[in-house]
Amino acid sequence: MTTFAPLLYLVSSVFFILSLRGLSSPETAGKGLNYGIIGMVLAIITTLLTPSVQSWGLIVAGIIIGGLIGSFIAIKIQMTALPQLVAAFHSLVGLAAVFVAAAAFHNPVAYNIGTPGQIHLASLIEMALGVAIGAITFTGSIIAWGKLQGVIPGKPVQFSGQNFVNAGLGLLLVGLIVVLCFTESIFVFWMIVLLALALGVLLIIPIGGADMPVIVSMLNSYSGWAAAGIGFTLQNNLLIITGALVGASGAILSYIMCKGMNRSFLSVVLGGFGGEQQVNAFSSGDKTAKIGSAEDAAFIMKNAARVIIVPGYGMAVAQAQHVVREMADMLKHAGVDVKYAIHPVAGRMPGHMNVLLAEANVPYDEVFELEDINRDFAQADVAYVIGANDITNPAAKTDSSSPIYGMPVLDVEKAKTVLFVKRSMGSGYAGIDNPLFFEDNTLMLLGDAKKMTEDIVKALE
Amino acid sequence: MDPQSNIAGQASDLSRMAEQLSQQAQKFALDVSSFDYNTAVTQDGSFLVTGLTVFMLACFVGYYVVWKVTPALHSPLMGITNAISSVIIVGALIAAGPQDFSFSSVLGFLAVILASINIFGGFIVTRRMLSMFRKRG
Repeated sequence: MTTFAPLLYLVSSVFFILSLRGLSSPETAGKGLNYGIIGMVLAIITTLLTPSVQSWGLIVAGIIIGGLIGSFIAIKIQMTALPQLVAAFHSLVGLAAVFVAAAAFHNPVAYNIGTPGQIHLASLIEMALGVAIGAITFTGSIIAWGKLQGVIPGKPVQFSGQNFVNAGLGLLLVGLIVVLCFTESIFVFWMIVLLALALGVLLIIPIGGADMPVIVSMLNSYSGWAAAGIGFTLQNNLLIITGALVGASGAILSYIMCKGMNRSFLSVVLGGFGGEQQVNAFSSGDKTAKIGSAEDAAFIMKNAARVIIVPGYGMAVAQAQHVVREMADMLKHAGVDVKYAIHPVAGRMPGHMNVLLAEANVPYDEVFELEDINRDFAQADVAYVIGANDITNPAAKTDSSSPIYGMPVLDVEKAKTVLFVKRSMGSGYAGIDNPLFFEDNTLMLLGDAKKMTEDIVKALE
Repeated sequence: MDPQSNIAGQASDLSRMAEQLSQQAQKFALDVSSFDYNTAVTQDGSFLVTGLTVFMLACFVGYYVVWKVTPALHSPLMGITNAISSVIIVGALIAAGPQDFSFSSVLGFLAVILASINIFGGFIVTRRMLSMFRKRG
């Protein structure tokens, strides 16, 4: 087995790469998922056949317990709660990494990395890094989960000198890792774990709810780096390769999300953005917003040739995706061309809106990304904005004093009519006025996203 | 001495040499097979370089593969990466492996449960997401 195991692990890594490759299009994605499952089964069986692994009964029990819990959660979860679920799963990877690193620290012989008190220096460094990243991922993901679930307030929690405290703790963590390398003290090892756990909480707590797409991607990335760190400790190439794949994936998603908001990664991580102030403004200067009814909206859309629907997080909160699709179906029946426009940061995780629309049976070839559809607004008769605000704010293009200046936005104002569904006349998460409300071609539809769309459907009948 | 017997003698020499070569090859193969993989990689530091090589190359593979993922499937991407990062179950299995009960095997057992939740949960929720993506018509 000693010569075959690394080869089988290599095959397993190739399956994981093919698995991610499959996601390049919805047609091949299912096959990609199968590759991922094959790779995982192969990795587990190969490890079980290692001579030192003997307590099969216990292990199988563990897999069954975990498998049942995981399957139950994954089958029951609502698609709108997906971001929380992913955050919760990330926390488990982090905790598992901590346990594995601790197990290796207490029983280094099993992993061939030395004897207790005589662990190789390189292994100690890798182990310390793996356990620290794992612990940060664990508590950081729990905080992210809490914010997404609404258990912890979504608004940034800040205190003065926060960044100095975090930087100080970070330096302390590095210092402890150095001490561990020289002393190999069990006490120092667990101090590293405790400190990293605290740091995970402190790093995520100041970040606002709307920045969660970046944070969820970042934690995704961390869980990969933690796995790679453990891979170095265990001298296992499969863990290193998979960790690097996942780490790279999360980092790219974070980058795409930051670009979608025109913010630097650093400014997101330092936090503080996204206090949900309610600024009530029915009028801006001499302009007043026009308020419309569901009947007005139905009339305008029925007589349109092209309608583009722009969904945002508000649609997810109101669970309005099904009724939106119903409305689109009726419009299509009346001969209207209907498309959907998705902004990269719409929702609370990358691709969140795409999944919700798919759940409501919207065909994916009617759903377009920002750069593919932005030119079409000029030819559209109606832009139906539901639960989105800042991603449609034209101030991002014109007002250099706006906090979101430079952020790519959907050019909804170029449509002949903008129908803007909104609970009240408040501003978006950034507390920014949206001049779109006061445009001549904008009709505000005030009310709950689901209720309003239902009323439009009734009016269309 | 006629040329024929000369050739025959050379041929027998050659066959003897071939036999020796095959014996040597056999001995070499035995040496290789008894060469312990683990002792080879645990020489302090030597794995670090191999590991770093693998790590860097895998980062590049990840970079190019993930940029090819269509934005519409970014949520399933997170689901799959979440499931496969639980490949640390490999480390958990080794920790939980020994028959005798110890602190480290308990940690291993707990890590097996956590990683399994993630593997099953991650793959199933991704399957659910992907099954919803349909084309027009």
